[in-house]
Amino acid sequence: MTRQTPDIYATSAADAKDAEGAHVYNAIGGDWDTIVDEASALHEERIVVNMGPQHPSTHGVLRLILELEGETVTEARAGIGYLHTGIEKNMEFRNWTQGVTFCTRMDYLAPLFNETAYCLAVEKLLGITDQIPERASTIRVLMMEFNRVASHLVALATGGMEMGATTIMTIGFRERERILAIFEMITGLRMNHAYIRPGGVAQDLPRGAIDKIRDAIPLIRRGLGELELLLNENPLVKGRMVNVGYLDLTACMALGITGPMLRATGLPHDLRKSNPYCGYENYEFDVPVRDTCDAYGRLRIRIDEMYESLKIAEQAAAKLQGAQSSKSPVMVEDKKIAWPAQLAIGSDGVGNSLDHIREIMGTSMESLIHHFKLVTEGFRVPPGQVHVAIESPKGELGVHLVSDGGTRPYRAHFRDPSFNNLQATAAICEGGQIGDVIVAVASIDPVMGGVDR
Amino acid sequence: MSDAGEKENLPAAPGTTPQPVVIGSRQGMFGVSDGGDTSGYGGLVAPVLFPAAAVRPYGGYYDEVADQLERALVGGSASYGQAIERVVVDRGEMTLFVAREHLVAVARALRDDPSLRFEVCTGVSGVHYPHEAGRELHAVYHLRSITNGGRQIRLEVTCPDDDCHIPSIVEVYPANDWHERETWDMFGIEFDGHPALTRILMPDDWPGHPQRKDYPLGGIPVEYKGATIPPPDQRRSYN
Repeated sequence: MTRQTPDIYATSAADAKDAEGAHVYNAIGGDWDTIVDEASALHEERIVVNMGPQHPSTHGVLRLILELEGETVTEARAGIGYLHTGIEKNMEFRNWTQGVTFCTRMDYLAPLFNETAYCLAVEKLLGITDQIPERASTIRVLMMEFNRVASHLVALATGGMEMGATTIMTIGFRERERILAIFEMITGLRMNHAYIRPGGVAQDLPRGAIDKIRDAIPLIRRGLGELELLLNENPLVKGRMVNVGYLDLTACMALGITGPMLRATGLPHDLRKSNPYCGYENYEFDVPVRDTCDAYGRLRIRIDEMYESLKIAEQAAAKLQGAQSSKSPVMVEDKKIAWPAQLAIGSDGVGNSLDHIREIMGTSMESLIHHFKLVTEGFRVPPGQVHVAIESPKGELGVHLVSDGGTRPYRAHFRDPSFNNLQATAAICEGGQIGDVIVAVASIDPVMGGVDR
Repeated sequence: MSDAGEKENLPAAPGTTPQPVVIGSRQGMFGVSDGGDTSGYGGLVAPVLFPAAAVRPYGGYYDEVADQLERALVGGSASYGQAIERVVVDRGEMTLFVAREHLVAVARALRDDPSLRFEVCTGVSGVHYPHEAGRELHAVYHLRSITNGGRQIRLEVTCPDDDCHIPSIVEVYPANDWHERETWDMFGIEFDGHPALTRILMPDDWPGHPQRKDYPLGGIPVEYKGATIPPPDQRRSYN
């Protein structure tokens, strides 16, 4: 006799009891009007709607459970977990350097922030924060600020598209493409870079990168100007966004909201200013704030922040330009930690540089042992725990790392800003129209890869 | 040289300085547990030592935070001595080990006292130490004070595996709602007083708590060009 696997999705007697007396409408592939007709025929005003988990305007696989009375949302709940991939658990089974390739996939619109936060935490555990070469920190800042612009552009682009404004989407993605081209030139990839490593960055900037960055910044700035002309005073945008998704300072503090949402209430809280890391104290930039507490304020803050990010990127590029001739290192000097990433382009693509292979295979037995030990085993990290928080485009990205002295993280926990901020769904949606739910949720800018990890 | 200088130079008498906390031990030299002891170092046993309790002065703003907390707890349900089991300052971060029954009182004092004002709790992170008998599960909270220029401290609360209850601080920090649900989901710590402690990332009917150390990672072997690569938790490990 074969054992039957119980169907966990089967309707149970308890479910049937719950649904007793309630009418179930099925909207799959159907027309909303037929549901409305059906509902009005039954003289029922209260409907519970499952929006998602695959609705295109839910930023991935977010499930919104809305209770409607007519078109008014009386209750809103968010269901998450559809994109849970166990990144934290998986990192416990890989060495410290390999962890970067996992955490970069969390918030996939801000991969370089995930990498930097994780690497700063590993470096703090190792006690080598002071030994990170300045050039590596500057490259991190440059990459992060470009990434912030790219992330905000997606927030605006998809947010606009969800309102039906496809031009905002095409302009947003067009400008983001320029940034992805820079990322591709520097890291080899457009996302999931694994470029920032414990101890520094994988590689120095390629030749000519600074010039290309310098050429790109004015173009991006012009694109932002175009977006501003299209958005800022657009009556349709304002009609959809002003006073929608209202969340004031008290609510933000209670719900632990950070990032543009908090700054839209007038509080200039930015970890780059209050707890600087990677040398942010040496850059000149402002923290844009608004006091409208609504989706429109958050939109304007994102636009303003992009200009500030470009300002920082320009300063970082100038620093890198100045130091380029001296060939300063981009990885910590300690050879027991620095991952051997001496890459070069050969006839068959990118691989370990021939010079490095010649050295480890031909001349230095010690180099070979080091390379082998570091790549197979990894380095050991003294026992203890650290917490590092950085300002990601969505808010405070926190990392809690625990080491037990081994070559792998004992525990890696990421406090993703989207995860926390999504708790505000009920507060900003309830009492509004169902159409405003889309705008309100988009103004949180959640990325489910980060929420579910 | 003065007398005081000489005294400072002497090693401390046994038992006068806090000892590091042993949370486990490591065997061998290279972290490999499969196969025979070919190196001859397989018999080595080294304890895994976590940082010892700190002694005053803690340095930075940590002394002030401890003093203010001591003052803020006066007249409350528990004194500083009862509520705070241990203070650890390591790598420039302060950790307060809080007795679990006094967690809510401590959190409230940290949030409300004008000189402390830790307005933001950035969530809770669970850690499972299966070898620490009687305190296997840890809940780690990170607090930040925006008022006081971005001060940060950490609260750590422990509970035994067979009585995995920790009071919820959602009433003090509503932001912790989902974070506590996640820690319940992943570690099985029950946060008493949480308004709706349900699973958040795993399906509702999921058995077990995946991020505990006794929960396997899972995975299947992958075949590539004739060679079979075992799943990550069965590969040779150097940990």
